[in-house]
Amino acid sequence: MELLDHLTLGFGVAFSLVNLLYALAGAVLGTLIGVLPGLGPTATIAMLLPSIYALEATPALIMLAGIYYGAQYGGSTTAILINVPGEASSVVTAIDGYKMARRGRAGPALASAGLGSFFAGCVGTLVIAAFAPPLTELAFEFGPAEYFSLMALGLIGAVVLASGSLVKAIAMIILGLLLGQVNTDVISGVPRYSFDIAELTDGINFVAIAMGVFGFGEIIANLGRPAGHREVFTRDVKGLWPTGQDLRDMAPAVLRGTALGSVLGVLPGGGALLSSFASYTLEKKMRARAGEVPFGEGNIRGVAGPESANNAGAQTSFIPMLTLGIPPNAVMALMVGAMTIKGIQPGPQVMTSNPELFWGLIASMWVGNLMLIVLNLPLIGIWIKLLTVPYRMLYPAILAFCCIGLYTLNNNNFDVFVGALFGLVGLVFHKLGCEPAPLLLGFILGPMMEENLRRALLLSRGDWSTFVTRPLSAGLLSAAVLLIVLVSLPAIRNRRQEAFRDAD
Amino acid sequence: MRIKSRKDFWSGLMFIVTGVAFAWGATSYSFGSSARPGPAYFPFGLGALLALLGVIVLVKALVFEVEGGDPIGHWGFRPALLVLAAVLLFGLTLPTLGMAVALPLLIFVGSLGSGEFRLKEVLVSCIVLTFFSWLVFAKGLGLTIPMGPSFLAG
Repeated sequence: MELLDHLTLGFGVAFSLVNLLYALAGAVLGTLIGVLPGLGPTATIAMLLPSIYALEATPALIMLAGIYYGAQYGGSTTAILINVPGEASSVVTAIDGYKMARRGRAGPALASAGLGSFFAGCVGTLVIAAFAPPLTELAFEFGPAEYFSLMALGLIGAVVLASGSLVKAIAMIILGLLLGQVNTDVISGVPRYSFDIAELTDGINFVAIAMGVFGFGEIIANLGRPAGHREVFTRDVKGLWPTGQDLRDMAPAVLRGTALGSVLGVLPGGGALLSSFASYTLEKKMRARAGEVPFGEGNIRGVAGPESANNAGAQTSFIPMLTLGIPPNAVMALMVGAMTIKGIQPGPQVMTSNPELFWGLIASMWVGNLMLIVLNLPLIGIWIKLLTVPYRMLYPAILAFCCIGLYTLNNNNFDVFVGALFGLVGLVFHKLGCEPAPLLLGFILGPMMEENLRRALLLSRGDWSTFVTRPLSAGLLSAAVLLIVLVSLPAIRNRRQEAFRDAD
Repeated sequence: MRIKSRKDFWSGLMFIVTGVAFAWGATSYSFGSSARPGPAYFPFGLGALLALLGVIVLVKALVFEVEGGDPIGHWGFRPALLVLAAVLLFGLTLPTLGMAVALPLLIFVGSLGSGEFRLKEVLVSCIVLTFFSWLVFAKGLGLTIPMGPSFLAG
């Protein structure tokens, strides 16, 4: 069986000593930043990108992937113990998880989050292994018109599923696409928007944007907020093991969350964040067992479901990135950047040209999940101690690593200044309520989109109808339009707002 | 006309200005035709689209009532100024003075932004983080970062 061969190859790669070490490094770092509020996977991966110049491609990607799904484990710990989501995708976990901790049931809450995540991670890995090859086959049928339409769908998908104003989110994407236009035009060789600055003719480095907006911008925003009172339920974490009734309650929630997360992760714009919200809404709709703790009061399903979903979603969001080279969210956009740094052109050819990397990365996710469950349950005490480190000591460290990362991108202080500029821009976005993640996605996809658009038009001799007469392209574009229409319908718009309000 | 949502009003304005600037900038490159799109083709279209979306956001901000007027809120100029100044200072000093000077400077100035500055803590942070960065980035990962002042190295 082919799948088995692939997995054998993958596990062979993943179990080499170097790759195991980097998977562990990723898992530890991921848990660490997941636990620490105010530092997310986007900023961390951006921070580490310069250092992967020194690594081989496979261990580098294994480590970066580990950070993303590791953060999903760590984020729940903070959410449950101090009612502050360590990660955006743990926002809903805090609702019932923290209530459980208040009732002295922090242990079972942590265990259900960990076990649910582990189960979801295993399933997610299998889903990738099973679905990536057929999708890759499909991708080879794609011409420039299809790629353009797919990216359009991806960008639209990324915003309709996010919270906040739809028009503003689309405007942020376009702003990102425009920033991506600061470069040297690939076809004519004309430098655009470079203002005669030599560094700008290569384009703005996306690490500088990511670090400025997500690193510096968030630090400033956090400092501007009054310090919240943190109450840590550390001494209550004694009995980790859930009761039999807990297990019976959480099992179906874990299954539902995993299924939901696996599907939503693949969608453009999907991933961990959306999956956890959707799962919480679903669990609330499910009929409660007689005598079950109500939602919002410490229901174990409200922890197990979303935590499984966000991990499943984090795993399966690798599918579009690995098979099509199209990132569905900001973290995957950085992974595309990492592959480019290592000289690998992301896209359907990766599976055949770099099978070790492809299958090794997938297998490493299962290995990484195994490490994470050990890191997060028996060793939970270490992470809890970290929660007592005050932010005033934490952020100068983040600042230092960001700055070193920026400088070492090109051994040039230009990127440091660009990062500072985007820190200011990020602060403005934050103040104006403009979600920055779509901007980064647009920035990454901008040059690819332009190239495919121009190639498609060249092939059709300037006929725009090529996008709607080619069936695959037409299908993708109508899906994008359908998404916008659906989200604009009043009934759905209200539901969408309601789902996000639950989190506040 | 009264502004009903401050956040959206300024966002709309920001989108309009940026969109127009990019579209206007594009006019200095060759536009080409649909059959042979030139370097200006894509950015011009995008800039125009962004400006259009900006107008929609702006109009909505002037027409639809929002509870509480959507104020932008406290800017927190002090942390913003100090954190960004620290980063700029790092960028300016690193090439000549090296990480041994630039990094503590960054941490010190950056820490001033928090409003609960504690000298002893910050000094310890400076030493620990500089040593750690040297160990990890310079020794461990072998990245080329100037370490000390260039005039000392001769």
